[in-house]
Amino acid sequence: MKITFDFEKPIGELQQQIEKVQQVEEKTKVDMLPTLTELRENLQAKKEEIFGNLNGWQNVQLSRHPERPYTLQYIESMSTDFIELHGDRNMGDDKAIVGGFGSMNGQTVMFIGHQKGINTKMRQYRNFGMANPEGYRKALRLMKMAEKFNKPIITFIDTPGAYPGLEAEERGQGEAIARNLMEMSVLKVPVICVIIGEGASGGALGIGIGDRVYMLEHTWYSVISPESCSSILWRNWDNKEKAAEVLKLTSTEMYKNKLIDGIIKEPLGGAHQDPEAMINTLKQVLLNDLDMLKAKPADELVNERIAKFCAMGVVADEDLPENIAIEPEETQA
Amino acid sequence: MAWFKREEKGIITTTKEKKEAPDGIWNKCPNCKKPLHYSEQVENQYVCHYCGFHMRIGSKEYFSILFDDNQFTELFPNMISADPLNFADTKKYTERLEESKRKTGLKDAIRSAHGKIEGHNLVIACMDFTFIGGSMGSVVGEKISRSIDYCIEHRMPFLMISKSGGARMMEAAFSLMQMAKTSAKLALLAQAKLPYISLLTDPTTGGVTASYAMLGDINVSEPGALIGFAGPRVIKETIKKDLPKGFQTAEFVLEHGFLDFIVDRRKMKEKLGAFIKMIDN
Ligand SMILES: [Zn+2]
Repeated sequence: MKITFDFEKPIGELQQQIEKVQQVEEKTKVDMLPTLTELRENLQAKKEEIFGNLNGWQNVQLSRHPERPYTLQYIESMSTDFIELHGDRNMGDDKAIVGGFGSMNGQTVMFIGHQKGINTKMRQYRNFGMANPEGYRKALRLMKMAEKFNKPIITFIDTPGAYPGLEAEERGQGEAIARNLMEMSVLKVPVICVIIGEGASGGALGIGIGDRVYMLEHTWYSVISPESCSSILWRNWDNKEKAAEVLKLTSTEMYKNKLIDGIIKEPLGGAHQDPEAMINTLKQVLLNDLDMLKAKPADELVNERIAKFCAMGVVADEDLPENIAIEPEETQA
Repeated sequence: MAWFKREEKGIITTTKEKKEAPDGIWNKCPNCKKPLHYSEQVENQYVCHYCGFHMRIGSKEYFSILFDDNQFTELFPNMISADPLNFADTKKYTERLEESKRKTGLKDAIRSAHGKIEGHNLVIACMDFTFIGGSMGSVVGEKISRSIDYCIEHRMPFLMISKSGGARMMEAAFSLMQMAKTSAKLALLAQAKLPYISLLTDPTTGGVTASYAMLGDINVSEPGALIGFAGPRVIKETIKKDLPKGFQTAEFVLEHGFLDFIVDRRKMKEKLGAFIKMIDN
């Protein structure tokens, strides 16, 4: 297993021990199997212990690992004959959001997602996965096309945020995201959204209104990045780890707070340790869900989608005893 | 989505202080610095009669300016914030809430009411910037959501007055999902073919801009209001250049096609009333 982060060091040390023992075995031809077996068991236990108990910041680090699979890799591995479609028909083609039709187990699906670059040059080209308004408008154009031809939509979310640039403001970044939230909530086809890396704020939500919203195990989703949160609440960048804790941004906490529909387990150590396994796991979930969602009448789908998002939030009534939170009203949809 | 950037410019006395303000109080116009008598400000709807500067006001003032005879029924008045994440930064969220309630006399950053404008029934939900920067938490989202339900049930238009720094960080992802909730509800209001007027006032930024504030059948604003998604400081840091003069003002946003019109606060009631009448007829 590749070692990247400090918290993975104990794993690295055990791996080195195993290597050494293997070298000794090879040199001396003495049977070291019992030692090796024990070490391998320890290694497995250590991995499970570490990755089963990651804190918020450690998950944030994993979610940003440069070798994690990105949107296009998921699309190309899950589907065949992917036809990428470009442009918002208005201003241009945003490279930070990609989309198009692909065929997954024989059924046509509209895939859309944030795309991060795989090397320095591509990271710039993809604007680090930070979309401009035309990215959100391209996404909406493609979703409306999917609706027109009655094809389900799958979105992959992986962004450090919508791009905070001058032109983005001129072209209505706020309006573009807002429009998507409203339009996605009433799409008459199944929509499944998956956070595959970073889910930062409105930039993530802008393609994140679905019948099913999943987080991969080691991703994060919140209203702000831990770094920005730290700079605002503590007025410095040193409290990012603390910010990652208090924001409750991990998949486990998001699921507990009923803000997502499920968590998809990653290969031990994270998606980058075994991208193929990750993609297959996710594909199975998506196929099962599509079968279920496609069986539902469109109106029911839309009503349930709206009701789900309308139930999110916790408020209290000052006339009720303290600390008794009331659930938001069920929608009339 | 920074709610914290409380620019003192434009904030006048809080509602509570005002109640206690004796006659004869003078304020300086935050823009031209000329002295303004309190009674003049009220009479002039908190617009400087020397330079036309629109001072920041809250729900109490907007309700009195817009509702006929200042008559209205407040909706969901007892709704208050919970603390679902048990949040604490340098201070506990619950303490911040108590402090804000004490200082402002408000229960959260939004009030909603049913009344009439130029004889037409409508619901107005109005944000209060003095309450934790007008930040959008579950209460803001839920009150807007229920206000829209009320409009659909009683077949009346909805006027949303936004004034917010964006998300309420102490509610983290709960705050984020209020964007989804309010936008979804607005889709239902649209399907019911009821008018939605979004009035964006100084300042409207972050997640509020990226949800209900930009979704009006008409989006309108007041002169000079700051309107944007990202805050000016963040943009400046990103592009490493100074921002052009007038960037993210209501006039700039109108010029780029995201507002229908800008209206002087003193003509606001008449103009919005005329629009609603136009739709009603
Ligand atoms: Zn003045």
